[in-house]
Amino acid sequence: MSTSTSARRAPAAGRVDVRKTYKLYIGGAFPRSESGRSYEVYAAPRGSRGSTPVFLANVAKGSRKDARNAVAAARKAVGGWSGATAYNRGQVLYRIAEVMESRRSTFVEDVRIGEGLTPARAEAVVSAAIDRWVWYAGWADKFAQVTSTVNPVAGPFFNISAPEPTGVVALLAPQESSLLGLVSVVAPAIVTGNTCVVLPSRQRPLPAVDLAEALATSDVPGGVVNIVTCHTAEVAPWLASHRDVNAIDLTGTAGVEDLAWGELELAAAESVTRVLRPAGRGPAAVEEDFTAEPGTARMQAFVETKTVWHPKGL
Amino acid sequence: MSTPTETDAESRARDILGVSRLTNPALSSWLQGLPGVDQVGCEARAASLGTRSVKTTSKEWAIDTAIGMIDLTTLEGADTPGRVSGLCTKALSPDPTDLSTPRPAAVCVYGDMVPVARQTLGDGSGVKVAAVATAFPSGRASLAVKLADTADAVSAGADEIDMVIDRGAFLSGDYRTVFEQIVEVKRVCGGARLKVILETGELVTYDNVRRASYLAMLAGGDFVKTSTGKVQPAATLPVTLVMLEAVRDWRELTGVQVGVKPAGGIRTSKDAITFLVTVNEIAGEDWLDPFWFRFGASSLLNDLLLQRQRMRTGAYSGADYVADDSPSLY
Amino acid sequence: MPTFEYAPAPESRAVVDIASSYGLFINGEFTDSQGGGTFKTISPATEEVLAEVTEASAEDVDRAVAAARTAYTRVWSRMSGADRGKYLFRIARILQERAREFAVLESLDNGKPIKESRDVDVPTAAAHFFYHAGWADKLDYAGLGPDPRPHGVVGQVIPWNFPLLMLAWKIAPALATGNTVVLKPAETTPLTALLFAQVCQQADLPAGVVNIITGAGPTGQALVGHEDVDKVAFTGSTGVGKAIARTIAGTRKKATLELGGKAANIVFDDAPLDQAVEGIVNGIFFNQGHVCCAGSRLLVQESIADQVEARLKRRLETLRVGDPLDKNTDVGAINSRAQLDRITELSEAGEAEGATRWSPECELPSKGFWFRPTVFTGVSQTHRIAQEEIFGPVLSVLTFRTPGEAVAKANNTPYGLSAGIWTEKGSRILWMADQLRAGVVWANTFNKFDPTSPFGGYKESGYGREGGRHGLAAYVTTGDAT
Repeated sequence: MSTSTSARRAPAAGRVDVRKTYKLYIGGAFPRSESGRSYEVYAAPRGSRGSTPVFLANVAKGSRKDARNAVAAARKAVGGWSGATAYNRGQVLYRIAEVMESRRSTFVEDVRIGEGLTPARAEAVVSAAIDRWVWYAGWADKFAQVTSTVNPVAGPFFNISAPEPTGVVALLAPQESSLLGLVSVVAPAIVTGNTCVVLPSRQRPLPAVDLAEALATSDVPGGVVNIVTCHTAEVAPWLASHRDVNAIDLTGTAGVEDLAWGELELAAAESVTRVLRPAGRGPAAVEEDFTAEPGTARMQAFVETKTVWHPKGL
Repeated sequence: MSTPTETDAESRARDILGVSRLTNPALSSWLQGLPGVDQVGCEARAASLGTRSVKTTSKEWAIDTAIGMIDLTTLEGADTPGRVSGLCTKALSPDPTDLSTPRPAAVCVYGDMVPVARQTLGDGSGVKVAAVATAFPSGRASLAVKLADTADAVSAGADEIDMVIDRGAFLSGDYRTVFEQIVEVKRVCGGARLKVILETGELVTYDNVRRASYLAMLAGGDFVKTSTGKVQPAATLPVTLVMLEAVRDWRELTGVQVGVKPAGGIRTSKDAITFLVTVNEIAGEDWLDPFWFRFGASSLLNDLLLQRQRMRTGAYSGADYVADDSPSLY
Repeated sequence: MPTFEYAPAPESRAVVDIASSYGLFINGEFTDSQGGGTFKTISPATEEVLAEVTEASAEDVDRAVAAARTAYTRVWSRMSGADRGKYLFRIARILQERAREFAVLESLDNGKPIKESRDVDVPTAAAHFFYHAGWADKLDYAGLGPDPRPHGVVGQVIPWNFPLLMLAWKIAPALATGNTVVLKPAETTPLTALLFAQVCQQADLPAGVVNIITGAGPTGQALVGHEDVDKVAFTGSTGVGKAIARTIAGTRKKATLELGGKAANIVFDDAPLDQAVEGIVNGIFFNQGHVCCAGSRLLVQESIADQVEARLKRRLETLRVGDPLDKNTDVGAINSRAQLDRITELSEAGEAEGATRWSPECELPSKGFWFRPTVFTGVSQTHRIAQEEIFGPVLSVLTFRTPGEAVAKANNTPYGLSAGIWTEKGSRILWMADQLRAGVVWANTFNKFDPTSPFGGYKESGYGREGGRHGLAAYVTTGDAT
């Protein structure tokens, strides 16, 4: 394959630009894959050029062991993140939006090149992604309010039901919508206090790695979001069957030929892992439209309802 | 009372508390260290005991046992010698149509009526004379008056004294005063058995009922008794249950057995049997004896007699078939 | 002085009219099976055969699902919520009217004490219908999302521990939200479900809205796997729950699973001790311990362990084990020989692993399936009796030193259904309640249920909730669902 031309904006005349190594993001650190592997990522083909794909980067190719390490990091982070106040989590999510805004041009370039968008469309997608963080940031201290109940039981008891995070969520992020879709699956999972392991778009992973860098500078505690760039079909089954994963989002199975979401759900059944199925009908998986307003379903998917009883007496 | 006199009760209390001086703070922290009582759980337990079904031979036994546990009571301002002696006659012969009917444990009257009761009951009837004392029912009098009240009843021939605790002192946290008064009254009682009325309706919480029970037992009371009958609620099942737990645990702690007397509001045989079931399951059968368990009641006796007749004749009986010497004026 | 003995006080069986054999309740009437066999349901207290019951075949399941589908499309999905609600109100009332009959039948078929079927199972079942009846025309206000719509045909499989109550938990919300139902009761306890079919008839519920098919595992599997079933609701063992999750994997069927548990009942040294002892007893000996949320692991603070143990044993001496129809019975019969064998096996394992076994003196009937209330002390976290769900009257006692240790031990299980906390300290209750990974936390009480109160587990205890506003969510699709 050709490695001749960078799709990136031309560097200043006469300067040899410094290129980034795209690594994993696990437990707040940026390791290479334990396997030492990487894979080549190319720009999305544009128009009718039909020319040689344009090389973008060698991205770390995460392995099942990387995924395992990511689950361990995510588990370790559950206590602190779920125990943080909702106000605090909201501020952290908002901070992610701030940091993304300041790195806006990087993300615009990522999606313009990676998804083959026009500059205007790329700008719009990045704006939507940033705004999505802001939207979810606002949910942090409201979700429990709109989903909790005080239950008028027939007896002298105080009885309340409130949502709690389910724990560690594995997210197969969308393959097409590599930034807006990614944010749209990560934000609702973590805003309620879950931690996550994300397998980003296999062919368009660069926004995910850039997002990881934004997260690392956004007060998001290490381990809350872990990103393992990889071949989805290779690693996803290990997450589906992982007994310390509480829930799995199968959105990213849409568009992956060698990966049937039903097989992953089957593996998840072994430890009663909660499954968010991909959109679509029957066995077909379809990537949903992430430009629409999200609703609360994705937050609902990854919470448990805890009901507490206490007598009322003198 | 700042210089308490050394008594046996006091030295025993120091032993139990493990303190060198029986101060109010020492009593406070001991009482507050007792396990709490959850109202809802306690009442649920009491309600579940109420669903026990007692039939045939056990019921006959229970009715006779309950009759034998009654402190047949009249405590009215309008009491007269005639009424008291009528009540005593009833105690001696509860059901003239069936001489196998057991006698109640005692008659319970105001102190000034003790001579009347003593005279009517005579000696050797087995029916005790119990007198309320210590400025019953409010207990609002000086210790000197309370002791004189007690001494008066004892010298008139009372076998048992039903005293009231100073609820004001208790609720204000002055446990030392409550303790001392019980100790002093007990001393004046001499050989008479002392029942300590907690007036649980004024203590309100089960935590207080438990603490007051322990305080009364610590001070040497022979019985803990729920109520005067003048305050509502009186002898509820859960309150009695808490007191039964207290005497059960007290015996385990000290080896000393203390009796329990629910008083006020127990009117039917069904109620009485439920209380006996509770005694049996909470404190154990050691307490199923008139020496250790009493009902402070008046109309209960006639209902038990009706049930007794019903079991003997097979037909439901009616109020006109039991003699009633004690219609209340209230 | 004679001992105060309670004479037997048996509830009369005369109130119940059990047929010698039962068909399948499909499309509003009892029908014969097509190709299915029969099996007998017995009284576990006496091993007496109560009735012969049909084992529904795959064809029968087909017929039942088809009836439910037709009823859904032609009648139930078109009916106003208000009218659906009225049918549920009717059912609630009939359950109340025939309460005594249901209670006696439940105790006969299941072996549970009449005081529990009479005071808990039947009234709570009626309450579930009453509660959900009112939701039927108010779903837009439930906050479940925009435009809540039913799934269609719901396949429901329920266990033998609370046969009628579990039926109510399943059918009431399904009907209130506009779904139609095919329900399979457990093979050892089909009778109250079949009596409920008669209630549907008395209520003039449109034919096919509720279908009741009896049978064992294969029947349940055929129902769950049926391609025209839109949603599955299951209560039962974690093993079967996983099998169901596998069956529906890769399909678009929705599911709620209410599975096993190994709840910790945690007693601190400042607990209201007498009530805690009652809570421990109620937690594990209620319904012979055949309760998924049973407090089967007692975690008691070391400083009061001896005292709690002594009080517990004294209390257990007063438990009355025997005839389920006797109003004085506290602990009834084990539901089946298979369950008795499992309890026996695990208890023997407990002894073999070195825990100390204790039971109160009590005479057991010579016929039927019985197991003494049993307490194991000196249990450690690695013992099988501390890990596996016994589903019987067997309590494992462990100790802890600090709140953190109690939480660690309580959460150290793949299950997460329920937990108990006993302490008088409010802040500790709230802290513990936050830390415990369990769907229901009872503080200073245990084993309380209510139609308004969501019930369901974390982790391998299942997913989805039943009861309350949250329980409705499992039976509707909303406009913003992904």
